Amino acid sequence: MRWYLKVIPPLFLLLAWEVASILINNPFILPTPTSVALVLLSPMADILGSGSIIDNALLSIWRVILGFGLAVLCAVPAGIIIGRYRIIDELVNPLIQLFRPIPPLAWVPLALAWFKIGLASIVFIIFIGSFFPVLINTIDGVRRVNRTWIETALIYGAKGWKLLVYVIIPAAAPAIWTGLRVGFGVAWMCVVAAEMLPGTNSGIGYLIMYSYNWGQVQVIIAGMIVIGIIGIGADLLFRTIEKKKFQWQEMNR
Amino acid sequence: MTVVIQDVGKIFETRTREPVTALGGITLEIQKGEFVAILGPSGCGKTTLLRMIAGLDTPTTGSILVEGKPVTGPDPRLAMIFQEYSLYPWRTVRANVAFSLQMRGVAKEERDTITDRFIRLVGLDGFADSYPYELSGGMRQRVAVARALATDPAVLLMDEPFGALDAQTRNRMQKELLEIWENTRKTVVFVTHSVDEAVYLADRIIVLSPRPGRLSAIFDVRFSRPRDRTSVEFASLRRDVLELIDQLEESQ
Repeated sequence: MRWYLKVIPPLFLLLAWEVASILINNPFILPTPTSVALVLLSPMADILGSGSIIDNALLSIWRVILGFGLAVLCAVPAGIIIGRYRIIDELVNPLIQLFRPIPPLAWVPLALAWFKIGLASIVFIIFIGSFFPVLINTIDGVRRVNRTWIETALIYGAKGWKLLVYVIIPAAAPAIWTGLRVGFGVAWMCVVAAEMLPGTNSGIGYLIMYSYNWGQVQVIIAGMIVIGIIGIGADLLFRTIEKKKFQWQEMNR
Repeated sequence: MTVVIQDVGKIFETRTREPVTALGGITLEIQKGEFVAILGPSGCGKTTLLRMIAGLDTPTTGSILVEGKPVTGPDPRLAMIFQEYSLYPWRTVRANVAFSLQMRGVAKEERDTITDRFIRLVGLDGFADSYPYELSGGMRQRVAVARALATDPAVLLMDEPFGALDAQTRNRMQKELLEIWENTRKTVVFVTHSVDEAVYLADRIIVLSPRPGRLSAIFDVRFSRPRDRTSVEFASLRRDVLELIDQLEESQ
């Protein structure tokens, strides 16, 4: 791995930013990297009476956990059943294909009509966003379970729930995990977008929108960086667990 | 008789709904402790026959009896070893061998005792905690053999178990399989497309003809084990079987 190659683009970007901010010389359009760094260096500080970056980020993470957790609880069992039974697949597949292409944000008006402004609407949007990646990957994983593994299990007396618990689920686990990783990524995007809706008054998405109203562009950029870092962190966590738990997948065969 | 195959036939339906006869009326009896090889050109339905004995496919006609009772589905009296990819990669060797015992509700301690015994029998002591991806192809098949034997089946069904191995490993596995067979005296039905393998291993060689698969000939292999591949009798039997298979393939 030539790690230094990875460092060059961010450094170049930083340099370009510095030069551009000096040339533009208008903090309401492009603040200097230093002013953004100052915001990032005191993440616990209150921002315009809306709480600190950390507080708002934690609140956003909590909302994602609620919506994403709910989506996983529904999508994984549903995906296993659909993946296992051809007839149920044929039954619900048109419905899945119909709902899947609708962007989560297109659900916002309906969410507001149903749940009003507040936690429930945000959680609902996150739920919708992460449900489909988890569902689709689970269905796919269950359907692709090696036939020999299933036949071996049948020969050695596994059927019903034992077949499910000891063969189907462990075999599909890497695909399900991929679904969780993708689903969490979508959930994170959804929460930030949902928090920008009028009427919201907390969360990292709200914080950057609010900072816009006050012309605090350095806070907007700092907030975006925090959103990016949390996204990368979550993805890295998922990948690390994937490598540890499912290394059989790559080395198999 | 451990296995009685009576007039067993199998008709498949193609995608265009046309019936195709894969196997036509096979009758065969296999004695307890016998090592039978089923041989034939590809498309003769030898794997289909084995799968029907295992209860994974149902015959269209005829019946299969194991120890006097008909086979209606997967059955604890039968264990099957596939060509490859049958081990669970997320389980250690020990957990793979213990799989069937676990499915049948054998208590953990008893399971461990039995499992350890069979891991030793196939010469994998020291690898009990390894994962399949850490093992060579030959070692993986030994795990599959240990797993099959751990269920104490009446019949061991083997579907080209060494087909994916290199020639050297294959020869060594054949030798080891015979040693295990002599120790356990299981009835073995061994499907292969290698004439050499069949002559080396089996008491009897069943040759099937292709499309539809029918019983074409039975060769008794009378000379004693361990067999010498370079001996005159080995070579002459191998030639006879090969000639028959060549004829069957040409007449197709």
